[in-house]
Amino acid sequence: MADVTLEKVCKIYENGFQAVTDLDLSIEDGEFLVLVGPSGCGKSTALRMIAGLEDISTGEMRIGDRVVNDVESKDRDIAMVFQNYALYPHMTVYDNIGFALKLAKTPKEELDKRVREAAKILELDEHLERKPGQLSGGQRQRVAMGRAIVRQPAAFLMDEPLSNLDAKLRVQMRAEIAKLQKELGVTTFYVTHDQVEAMTMGDRVAVIKDGFLQQVDTPQNLYDHPDNIFVAAFIGSPSMNLYEATVKGSAVQLGSNRIEIGKPPEGLASRDGQKVVLGIRPEDMEDANLVEGDTTGRTISATAQLVESLGSEIMVHFQVDARAVDAGDPDVVEEISDDDVADAVARFNPRSGARAGEPISVVIDVERLHFFDLDTGLALR
Amino acid sequence: MMSGNRTSVDTAIYGFLRRIPTGMLWLIVLVWSLPTLGLAVNSIRSRDNQRESGWWTFWQDDSWTLEHYDVVFSASATASLKESLLNSFAIAIPATVIPIAFAAFAAYAFAWIDFKGRKWLFIATVSLLAIPLQVALIPLLKLYNFGSHWTLPFLDKTITLIPDFDLVNTTTAVWLTHTGFALPFAIFLLHNYISELPADLFEAARIDGADHFTIFWRLVLPLSVPVLAAFAIFQFLWTWNDFLIANTMAGTNPDAIATTIRIANLAGDFGRNEHLLPAAAFVQSFFPLAVFFALQRFFVRGILAGSVKG
Repeated sequence: MADVTLEKVCKIYENGFQAVTDLDLSIEDGEFLVLVGPSGCGKSTALRMIAGLEDISTGEMRIGDRVVNDVESKDRDIAMVFQNYALYPHMTVYDNIGFALKLAKTPKEELDKRVREAAKILELDEHLERKPGQLSGGQRQRVAMGRAIVRQPAAFLMDEPLSNLDAKLRVQMRAEIAKLQKELGVTTFYVTHDQVEAMTMGDRVAVIKDGFLQQVDTPQNLYDHPDNIFVAAFIGSPSMNLYEATVKGSAVQLGSNRIEIGKPPEGLASRDGQKVVLGIRPEDMEDANLVEGDTTGRTISATAQLVESLGSEIMVHFQVDARAVDAGDPDVVEEISDDDVADAVARFNPRSGARAGEPISVVIDVERLHFFDLDTGLALR
Repeated sequence: MMSGNRTSVDTAIYGFLRRIPTGMLWLIVLVWSLPTLGLAVNSIRSRDNQRESGWWTFWQDDSWTLEHYDVVFSASATASLKESLLNSFAIAIPATVIPIAFAAFAAYAFAWIDFKGRKWLFIATVSLLAIPLQVALIPLLKLYNFGSHWTLPFLDKTITLIPDFDLVNTTTAVWLTHTGFALPFAIFLLHNYISELPADLFEAARIDGADHFTIFWRLVLPLSVPVLAAFAIFQFLWTWNDFLIANTMAGTNPDAIATTIRIANLAGDFGRNEHLLPAAAFVQSFFPLAVFFALQRFFVRGILAGSVKG
């Protein structure tokens, strides 16, 4: 067990493409750190550099106190779980799990003991003599985990290990992996594009985009205090609504709606009269009918265009007369129009009677608004 | 697709059309098996019957006999195939095993080891496929007979690059030639297969602590069994049935000639032993068939099942 430190690590491919730029990241001993980002953001490259499967172009990487830039994969004392499991198809589950120990010339009794221990933890005892082809997707995933934990490595590296499972199994394995990691206390570096996985599993979450690290923090802090517009939109589902708005003293002008924000954050102090980006999370909006007390100055009137009922909540889609702002997530295909009309999503309590096509009044929780610079996208707070 | 209300006529036509490919296949099987069948039948007919009538009249024969096989297998008879069958094995086995061993290493290296000039070396290797065997016969014969020597220009000094091993008229000369000419194709074929193995497997093995040799031995070889078996069958067939190389390299040494040449000689002796040809040919073709049926079970479908993805 050890901490893993990356200092100014860059990856530049032969064709000149810079996949990772100046990555500073420190994974503490026993920590579960999740690296999350949209497709093609360099997150897998970062993981593969830690694994030793890709060379590090510049910068320094340490596992424990040892600089490992030029150390071979097998000598880095790391174990990796692959996205598609990469099980050895001609070997039994037992041999798959014990392969690394066998290559390390572990005595037979100890190998047997450790393989059976790992199999027990992962509930694979009954399948030890089977081949991967005879296992279900979830079992294969567990064999891949077993192959990693049997080695008792300094660190686990996981490359989207759940992405090939169906939705239900994924939720289950998510909890199992997180629990297992806590029990074993092994430093874990986990890569995913799924922000829900990142939020639920990670002690800390690192958000990366285009090879640049955006923010590293606990899941709650990422959600509450995103450093920039990309993190704000990437974390949380549905995404944060982002619009251009004008600061007017203790209020912001969002299209034709004036929203009183009480005491503006310090970052807004010098922006009076200027345009900023206003971010409102769907869950920070509620049906006015369900809100008690005075709602003047924090209500938007609109027409519900689409209502999605999820049982525990309902998603209400409507439009506001302000210009939407693109957060730069390449996985989002939503079209942002140049008109001053933008889509909005609100998460209402299911007792709201909102219906598609009918007018609604949306109350905004002004305590929880987010502001960003229009040009740099950085948070104003 | 057809809808639910298709008529019985449609069904009949569809059923008929569907049987055409299978029917064609059976026809081809029949046409291709016929000569073999004729050979088998003639091999048990007496010399006189063979000369007087076609094999398809065998039902009119008064008797059938196995004596041709006795002659072919007997140790003493001048028409015996025994010696030449052993020679054929001495040629075909090394000529099959050695290219596979070399080509598997080479194919792995070309596919998964990053070394300088890999691409060009591979292209050069595969280009050798274009060289016809026949152009190399005389140079090879000279090499086997005299070795290879090079006289340095201006110095009047001759260096021996390869000594004269006196290989002509040995089975070694034959399988060496087969091996050389098999390697480009073997490397090409195995490379195609081995390079398609999932990259993640190799990375997983590297992280598990495997070096190149371990990966080759424990992953690549077991996973390549189907292609190794396929190549082994082809190569054994080709070397076992080869006439040209065996005749050129060792055709005049009665102690080293292959079965194919022995059989040809049977017919050549003024037609004296012509009646033995069907039996001899049948014996000759038995061994490739045995190899085929022994190895065909290694064509395991889905050998990679469960390796990657769910």
